[in-house]
Amino acid sequence: MTTDRIASEVPAKQLHQERLNHLQALEAESLYILREAVAEFARPVMLYSIGKDSSVMLRLAQKAFYPGKIPFPLLHIDTSYKFPEMITFRDEYARAIGAELIVHRNEAAIAGGASPWKLGTQNCCAALKTRSLLDALEQGGFDAAFGGARRDEEKSRAKERVYSFRDAAGQWDPKNQRPELWSLYNSRLRKGESIRVFPLSNWTELDIWLYLYAEQIPIVPLYYAEEREAVIRGGMITLVHPGMQLLPGERPQKMMLRMRSLGCMPCTGAIRSQAETLPQIIEELIGFRRSEREGRAIDHDEEGSMELKKREGYF
Amino acid sequence: MSSPNQSREMQQEDLQSQRFRQFLDGHLEQEMLRFTTAGSVDDGKSTLIGRLLHDTRSVYEDQLASIRASRVNRSGGAVDLSLLTDGLKAEREQGITIDVAYRYFSTARRKFIIADTPGHEQYTRNMATGASTADVAIVLIDAKAFQRAGELLPQSRRHTYIASLLRIPHVVAAINKMDLVDYRAEVFDEVSAEFSELAKRLGLSSIEVIPVSALAGDNVVERSQKMDWYNGPTLLEYLETAPLALREAADGPLRFPVQLVVRPNAEFRGFAGRIERGEVRPGMRVRALPSGRVTTVKSIVTYDGELPAASFPLSVTLELEDEIDLSRGEMLVAETQMAPHASPCFRAMVVWMHEQPMSEGRCYLAKHTTRTVRASVRRIRYRVDIQSLGHHPASQLQMNDIAEVEFAASLPLFFDTYADNREMGALILIDPVTNATVGAAMILGPVEDTEEDSALAEYGRHEQAAAMVWLQGRRDDAVRLHDDIRHAGHAAVILDDPWIPEASLPAAMRALQLANVTGISSRTDLTETTLAQLREVAGDRFYTTAEDAAGLAPTWRSMEEQG
Repeated sequence: MTTDRIASEVPAKQLHQERLNHLQALEAESLYILREAVAEFARPVMLYSIGKDSSVMLRLAQKAFYPGKIPFPLLHIDTSYKFPEMITFRDEYARAIGAELIVHRNEAAIAGGASPWKLGTQNCCAALKTRSLLDALEQGGFDAAFGGARRDEEKSRAKERVYSFRDAAGQWDPKNQRPELWSLYNSRLRKGESIRVFPLSNWTELDIWLYLYAEQIPIVPLYYAEEREAVIRGGMITLVHPGMQLLPGERPQKMMLRMRSLGCMPCTGAIRSQAETLPQIIEELIGFRRSEREGRAIDHDEEGSMELKKREGYF
Repeated sequence: MSSPNQSREMQQEDLQSQRFRQFLDGHLEQEMLRFTTAGSVDDGKSTLIGRLLHDTRSVYEDQLASIRASRVNRSGGAVDLSLLTDGLKAEREQGITIDVAYRYFSTARRKFIIADTPGHEQYTRNMATGASTADVAIVLIDAKAFQRAGELLPQSRRHTYIASLLRIPHVVAAINKMDLVDYRAEVFDEVSAEFSELAKRLGLSSIEVIPVSALAGDNVVERSQKMDWYNGPTLLEYLETAPLALREAADGPLRFPVQLVVRPNAEFRGFAGRIERGEVRPGMRVRALPSGRVTTVKSIVTYDGELPAASFPLSVTLELEDEIDLSRGEMLVAETQMAPHASPCFRAMVVWMHEQPMSEGRCYLAKHTTRTVRASVRRIRYRVDIQSLGHHPASQLQMNDIAEVEFAASLPLFFDTYADNREMGALILIDPVTNATVGAAMILGPVEDTEEDSALAEYGRHEQAAAMVWLQGRRDDAVRLHDDIRHAGHAAVILDDPWIPEASLPAAMRALQLANVTGISSRTDLTETTLAQLREVAGDRFYTTAEDAAGLAPTWRSMEEQG
């Protein structure tokens, strides 16, 4: 594997850690969390969203159980609105690392024509993501699900635990979370209850990009700037995608664009960018003054909307 | 698999400037520091954090726009920076922070993790939570409120006590709202002196006091133009340079609790875990606990290759030379280094975190490192009054109570004291029925379970142990305390009689203690030797201040009421 890994100029792990860089510290913490969960839960699963955070989480899982294989399946909740590049990447990557992949779709809702135009973004998410996720967890009998959520993403996530307790209905009660001290995580559950485990809790968006770069982790090409066809719809740059219906007066234009986070095609906005490499993305990010979830239509439905989704069981 | 990004990077390689490389190098080498903030609703804590984030350019434009547009503005300033950190809806409405929130920002030198903890009285548990992982605690003190009250507010004492209880390595007092006291050095000096005195009493070894105004931005990130009398660091400068405790932990004796056994095939068997303390190298002789079997470390296996050595806090996998019996919940230590305590009976400071009270005789699950055992509460030695720091008898602990408790576990735990090592001395208590995390405990040491000790323990249990109070040079206070205790129907003696030489004081005290009589002295000078002996005899019940001692009389009274 050819890399331009900066970290290789310095030994990745030094003798007798007198100082530890933040990526090493974060990595050590995440490996510890992944191992704790695998040791204590009966049937864990990793929610794999194909995005950059998932890519980091997957690499950490490879590291945590090395030289063994990842001891749990990956679960992708496919809304049917994901970018084709994501699906190709997902299948190739899972095969390459020898991971077991479960793809779950809420087929009934998809067949019923669930879409953000018909249902509104909130109800669409509720059917294709939240419901679908809860069903998949129940069907698989999973008592723990790893998620790639970070606390720096959004205000309501700032109070999330590393082990986030969900009741038998899969719901999150912000007032009823277990106190979490030191790195002693409480994994005790009653039947039907589950825990979402967030090994990336303490990572920021910049940490993720730096780690992707230092570790040379492959990501979906949509993250890199390229000439892409798009329309500007409601202030959001929407890529022209399969099944898209142009509104009267809309004319697709070619622009240098990239995605800052990956979601469903109709609801995830692109940004104008010239960043074609990881270092360029990082360079751009440092100068960036807009938070990454801003490109997501779902967060702006109403004030505090992420919190409402979480209470219902969304990540 | 060949990655799609590599070829792009190869092409772009030449275009990357040396400058950006250096920048990236710098960012990759940043250290990480965790700090916690304690302060009450009115101390301006959320504003301080908002200010740190804002002035280090860690706030995104859309977030700033959203708080500018918000209907709520409690700050009196143009933008309410406190809204940046108040997360949940219920809190926004009530205007108080009710749970620990984690915030992130970075500067060229360090990445910071803030555990923003609420300071309201009933939320001691949240403060303990935030403090448990912190390298630095910022205690916020309102200069204006101090001026009004003429002393530190009880909440500031409480916050400082919890920081000391959780053994946060460094404590910094941010004296806030300096703008409201006209940036006067005298006010700062007074608060500073009182805080230093308190820190000394609590045994805090590393403290710093900084005058700030979170609202106006003085000495948070930018150096204040209005306090030229202050030459110390700004808050951010302090956070960027506070020493990290890595080296200390790496220098300790090896502690490697096994998280799980990695066994991908018949050829390989490795033990995955995090090095909680010390350093491990291939060839090192290690002992497995509890089996006692000794073997040699063959290799330190990681995804990135074998390591020549690894130390706290790395997560690694160890391969051993011999097939020995070892599994999760057990531990590897170095053969020739100091061994951890191994005992099922231990005493610990407990922070109770649940509405259901803790009571003597009850059984909980205790999770310590990777081992979970059943632990019953043998005895609550005393409860700490976190206003006065006095000790009181208790048979139950309510939510947010702090107490010294003796436990007896179903299996031995392998531990160091919390004071020696946080990871090896900490445990959480879980209710075996509801599975709730009900308490946090910091181990003080093993409890020797000899016959004599248990007899003494029984004695102390029924007849509360007597105290020793030294009120240096304050004869009047000594007499008052003596009378109060006597009035409550208990025995107390003043030991100022010149016929009792100083050298005999400890022996006299010991005799009084066995007879359950409190000894009080107002002698002006006692040597260090005598003091040390008295402390040994009286243990936790050795008091030297009027404030602590003032807590004694009501204690005795309430005991009297209980009959």
